[in-house]
Amino acid sequence: MSENETKAAEPAQAAVKPKGEPLLKVENLVKHFPIRSGLMQRQTGAVKAVDGLSFEVYPGETLGVVGESGCGKSTMGRLITRLLEPTSGKVEFEGNDITHMSTAKMRPHRRDVQMIFQDPYSSLNPRHTIGTIVSAPFKLQGVTPEGGVKKEVQRLMALVGLNPEHYNRYPHEFSGGQRQRIGIARALALNPKLVVADEPVSALDVSIQAQVVNLLDDLQQELGLTYVIIAHDLSVIRHVSDRIAVMYLGKIVELADRASLYKAPMHPYTKALMSAVPVPDPRRRGVKSERILLKGDVPSPIKPPSGCRFHTRCWKATEICLTQDPPLLELKPGQQVACHHPENAADQAPGEEIVAEAKDAVKVVDVAKDA
Amino acid sequence: MTRGAPAATGPRTVLAYVIRRLFAVVMMLLVVTLTTFVIFFVLPKWAGQDPALLFVGKQTDAASIQGIREKLGLADPVLVQFWHFVQALFVGREYSSGTDVTQCAAPCFGYSFRTEQEVWPQLTDALPVTLSLAAGACLLWVVGGVAAGVVSALRRGTIWDRAAMSIALAGVSLPIYFTGLLSLAIFSFKLGWIEGEFASFSDDPAQWFQSLLLPWITLAFLYAAMYARLTRASMLEILGEDYIRTARAKGLTERVVISKHAMRSTWTPVLTLLGLDLGALLGGAILTESTYNLPGLGRLAVDAIAQKDLPVILGVTLIAAIFICVANLLVDMLYAVIDPRVRLG
Amino acid sequence: MTDFDKPATAASAAETVPDTTVGVPQAVGSAPSTSFLEVRDLRVHFPTDDGLVKSVDGLSFQLEKGQTLGIVGESGSGKSVTSLGIMGLHTTGQYGRSKARVTGEIWFDGQELLGADPDEVRKLRGREMAMIFQDPLSAMHPYYTVGKQIVEAYRVHHNVDKKVARKRAIEMLDLVGIPQPDKRVDSYPHEFSGGMRQRAMIAMSLVNNPNLLIADEPTTALDVTVQAQILDLIRDLQKEFGSAVIMITHDLGVVAEMADQLLVMYGGRCVERGSAEEVFYQPQHPYTWGLLGSMPRIDREQTERLIPVKGSPPSLINIPDGCAFNPRCPYADVPKGNVTRTVRPELQQVSSGHYSACHLSAEQRTRIWTEEIAPKL
Repeated sequence: MSENETKAAEPAQAAVKPKGEPLLKVENLVKHFPIRSGLMQRQTGAVKAVDGLSFEVYPGETLGVVGESGCGKSTMGRLITRLLEPTSGKVEFEGNDITHMSTAKMRPHRRDVQMIFQDPYSSLNPRHTIGTIVSAPFKLQGVTPEGGVKKEVQRLMALVGLNPEHYNRYPHEFSGGQRQRIGIARALALNPKLVVADEPVSALDVSIQAQVVNLLDDLQQELGLTYVIIAHDLSVIRHVSDRIAVMYLGKIVELADRASLYKAPMHPYTKALMSAVPVPDPRRRGVKSERILLKGDVPSPIKPPSGCRFHTRCWKATEICLTQDPPLLELKPGQQVACHHPENAADQAPGEEIVAEAKDAVKVVDVAKDA
Repeated sequence: MTRGAPAATGPRTVLAYVIRRLFAVVMMLLVVTLTTFVIFFVLPKWAGQDPALLFVGKQTDAASIQGIREKLGLADPVLVQFWHFVQALFVGREYSSGTDVTQCAAPCFGYSFRTEQEVWPQLTDALPVTLSLAAGACLLWVVGGVAAGVVSALRRGTIWDRAAMSIALAGVSLPIYFTGLLSLAIFSFKLGWIEGEFASFSDDPAQWFQSLLLPWITLAFLYAAMYARLTRASMLEILGEDYIRTARAKGLTERVVISKHAMRSTWTPVLTLLGLDLGALLGGAILTESTYNLPGLGRLAVDAIAQKDLPVILGVTLIAAIFICVANLLVDMLYAVIDPRVRLG
Repeated sequence: MTDFDKPATAASAAETVPDTTVGVPQAVGSAPSTSFLEVRDLRVHFPTDDGLVKSVDGLSFQLEKGQTLGIVGESGSGKSVTSLGIMGLHTTGQYGRSKARVTGEIWFDGQELLGADPDEVRKLRGREMAMIFQDPLSAMHPYYTVGKQIVEAYRVHHNVDKKVARKRAIEMLDLVGIPQPDKRVDSYPHEFSGGMRQRAMIAMSLVNNPNLLIADEPTTALDVTVQAQILDLIRDLQKEFGSAVIMITHDLGVVAEMADQLLVMYGGRCVERGSAEEVFYQPQHPYTWGLLGSMPRIDREQTERLIPVKGSPPSLINIPDGCAFNPRCPYADVPKGNVTRTVRPELQQVSSGHYSACHLSAEQRTRIWTEEIAPKL
């Protein structure tokens, strides 16, 4: 296995400051899924899965998107790959507006944006050989790669660390990690510019997870790929991302480069989220042993709370949080946050009094084994 | 996506659901009626066969044919005929050709071409027979099939399992006229256990039961086999469910685990199949009724088709369609009773 | 013929398999255990058409009241099979041919369970030892209300009427932090959120105040903030009731937080066992090193490459000869000769209470850990 070979050539992408023309630009993206009920099946509400997202993705970078279930991160992934049509807003890819592009017009762009899915077991057709699966994009796009399809597929298989001789095997003959490699090979077949990976490693065992994370890393360096990686695991996100967007109930609450975000999170939700991650270190050396425990559950995206959506669970909530939705502002270079009372930054609405409910919104516990 | 939202299946949504479904049923019946109507009254015409000729039979007197045509309204455009037919169902109808006026009260399905009797009383006479046959057989096959399936699943791989599944295989593969005639030959003719004509339940319950026993068993045998196999398969699957493991981890006895936790879930697929089978059941009833000479809807239909008695065919078809639609509505509502996750609406 | 028939016809092949459902303790009269829970040489084998699946193959450990044992391993390592084995669930309700063969000894509170009357063991289940499962949605019966399921769990072991049991259920729901327990008691599992469901599951498990709680991946299906709530709840409840807890997980972060003792499983066997501190700071098995190196960590500034374990976990039908880990072990060639591929390493004491099953010598392991592995983590 080639896991350690590229180690020497590593610092190249250590801290790229992504600027220049964005590869992908998303403005005010909204996706509401209608709910119908009653005798006439009228629309009585909507699941506000994604409710106003704006961000950019620059060539060569990895944008990590993290959040809990129901925050809309997977819907976002499907919107930017146009597997779903947005309700409103705008998606620009390399300057072209692809928001409402028809299937026919979309086709040339499809090859530039590819997706890797979570479940390596259900995303591969069990009746097709690996060769057929990996070469499917060529057929769909009507292209014949140089040197023929078979040769190209075998090259792709080698690229993702599969034995090219297994060209004629079926998915069930491979382990979970190998199947995820097949999924990656398929995504890479058309030389995409942007790869959107939705929970690419969460179904895999720890030791296999590391293999795939490293593979994604290697491929980015070799092929100059741009990634949007969607995951719920903050440790994985920290490891793979240059910049990270934290989502809560359909909105980005914080968008920052990795170092700033993990060192000094500004949004209270980000802070709580990070403190909730269990650390494989019984004494929690170098980590705060105090944990902020949020109470209750994420509210329903059908009826999100007024104002700041996090105010129902926030320990800093004031009157303004109940009424005004805070805008996503760049409070420090490279760190945007949507909060009236951010951590580690100047208060945006000073002089407000914390509302009564906020006072016991969280529980702080000590999780160190022995202090 | 939706978290912690309590189910909103209140009485109002249930009512709205039932109303919506009933509306769909009515539409469905209209379509069925129209299709049947077109098949029997219009298509023959195109093929050069006059329904009026069917009515008069061997009489070839042109005047009487014309009279029939007028009386039955066969000269009207098809849609007008259809409208009269539907109207008659609700408000009745008057058939007249000059002085000869016949009053047909609602629900009017018209007159038999052969017996010149009203169709509706024929249907109401035949319906209880078929319902007795269907309901009894249904009960028998569900109880028998499910029981055999459960035993089979719990004794998987043993002689019991294989015996039950072999019988089930026979049941699925043997046609009714074979099993029916065979059992008639053995139990009725040879052993003389079961004798006598059909009698309605209100007249003579014992005779009713005796005359239906063999038909029940014959009809149930075909279906019970399928239910046994389905129950076995779903029981085996359910026994592997996490919640069955939880039930055992609670320290419940195996008897409770099976009879309460596993059985409750087993009913869902059985119900699904039942919904589908209620339609096919009438097909089975036709064969069974012919075999055992029961005066039910099935035999009525067979006779009507043989004699090209169009109004009776139409009537039987409509009754069958109503039966299937209503039964399916009931099955769908039963789902909601069994599985709280199913929301009507 | 349909595929309904497959299990039935295939069954004949297994007819000759001797029925050893209930394992008899091999050494009759072996010394009773003084520990609260002691597992000795537990083996759980499943005969299948493809061969014998040795899900657990010789596992031993002890656990005292008030302590938490973390069992760590990847899928197929045998960790869940172990927990079901302790609960006696492999030999309950296994109809027909899929009978597991469970051998060894399980001493629970002075009583040996594998040789005991199955109905006696059933009476312990749910009362003295209880279990929480990974996915509370599938682990609760979808057709019964949460309250009914808790009431049922209580009434199996307590001869009380439904009203009393219902009061107890509401009490338990309140204890595990479910708001408006008197209303939520009549909700169905699907009407709860994931976190609430797991709380309800915990309420059901603890309704009889068990002395042993086995939590099988209790937070894997949950979001991270909810996971934190549930772990906190389990910790609090353990403090309150002083029960012993077995926490089964693949997440080293979770065990680091919860466990006093750690047991690392690979291919149905224990490869390393010791106090959580020892295993985290002085790990003595290449597989443990692999797990530590594979984990992306939120608490580390450095973003170096992960150090994955090559290859995939072994198939339990074809566990490699010798050390089960040898095909994936970077140090398989360090010990002399072919020993790693031919001889099964036994657990050996490294230091007090710390055991490892590895052919590398203690010096080799210390050198590799301190020089090669630890600096990269």
